[in-house]
Amino acid sequence: MNPHLVLRVVSKLLIPLIVVFGLYVHFHGDYSPGGGFQAGVIVAAAVILYALIFGIENAKQAVPTGFVRFMAAFGVLLYGGTGVATLILGGNFLDYDVLHPDQAHHTGQHIGILLVELGVLFTVFSVMMAIFYAFAGRAPDIPEGEW
Amino acid sequence: MTEFDWTQLLDYALMGMLLAVGIAIVRLRNLFAAVMLAGVYSLISAAWFVTLDAVDVAFTEAAVGAGISTVLMLAAMLLTAREAEPVKAIRHWAALIVVSVAGAALFYAVGDMPVYGDPNSPANAYVGMDYITSTPNDIAIPNVVTAVLASYRGFDTFGEVVVIFAAGLGVMLLLGLNPGKKTGGEE
Repeated sequence: MNPHLVLRVVSKLLIPLIVVFGLYVHFHGDYSPGGGFQAGVIVAAAVILYALIFGIENAKQAVPTGFVRFMAAFGVLLYGGTGVATLILGGNFLDYDVLHPDQAHHTGQHIGILLVELGVLFTVFSVMMAIFYAFAGRAPDIPEGEW
Repeated sequence: MTEFDWTQLLDYALMGMLLAVGIAIVRLRNLFAAVMLAGVYSLISAAWFVTLDAVDVAFTEAAVGAGISTVLMLAAMLLTAREAEPVKAIRHWAALIVVSVAGAALFYAVGDMPVYGDPNSPANAYVGMDYITSTPNDIAIPNVVTAVLASYRGFDTFGEVVVIFAAGLGVMLLLGLNPGKKTGGEE
């Protein structure tokens, strides 16, 4: 029998919940504590937990290194791109009000904040994963006796 | 007569636990235990930030300090020895002197700090109050922290994202994402 059976079962139950919680933290950031940074770290923690329990090779199949590399840059570009979009629409850099004509409810602000926080989420998640892959990929597998 | 503030007891308890964990980390030889206690230290700090009403900071501390950095330290520890080398006594004294002087300076500065929650303190009085009063009109979202981070100071946050990206880029360039894999040819 697998000695990590309890860990595997519990983490299989927990990992989807952690990811959903991370997304909640992001999309509810306007109303409650949290935002893109915390959400990115939480989602990365879910993947790292998966890597610890099921092995780093399985985690690399779920979240490939190419994806991590791409998303790290894409997050910065999404953030900067939002700023450039506001420039093109005639506002200042990162002045979200021009993103949507509904000025009375500040819908543009809501869209802009969601977009830049999404950029933060992508970059933070990818960089955390990249650092984890770079360090953990080097270490030998943990010997059975040290669990 | 003012009523006794029971949350003070919570603060003292958390501070005591931080002190105990800190001393334990210093005295431990086993690196695995030290890394785990560092995670515990972060978690207690997060609880303490919650009692200070700094929920966003507490959130980040719990996720980054207790979660990710513990895992990264463990991953780094696997590459090195499990026990710390014994240190010569003379270096303990040097460290103690540095810590004592820095600590005394910090205690000396405590007298100049504003009282906790003081509405007239510099951090609260000027732009801080401005943001709180104008967020409902400018941004119309309830969480002022998010409004400041993503909208009022959006440019600063952009810089932070670039810093995180640069840090990740540095690690990727130095260590590579697939260190286990043998790469052919010169690199």
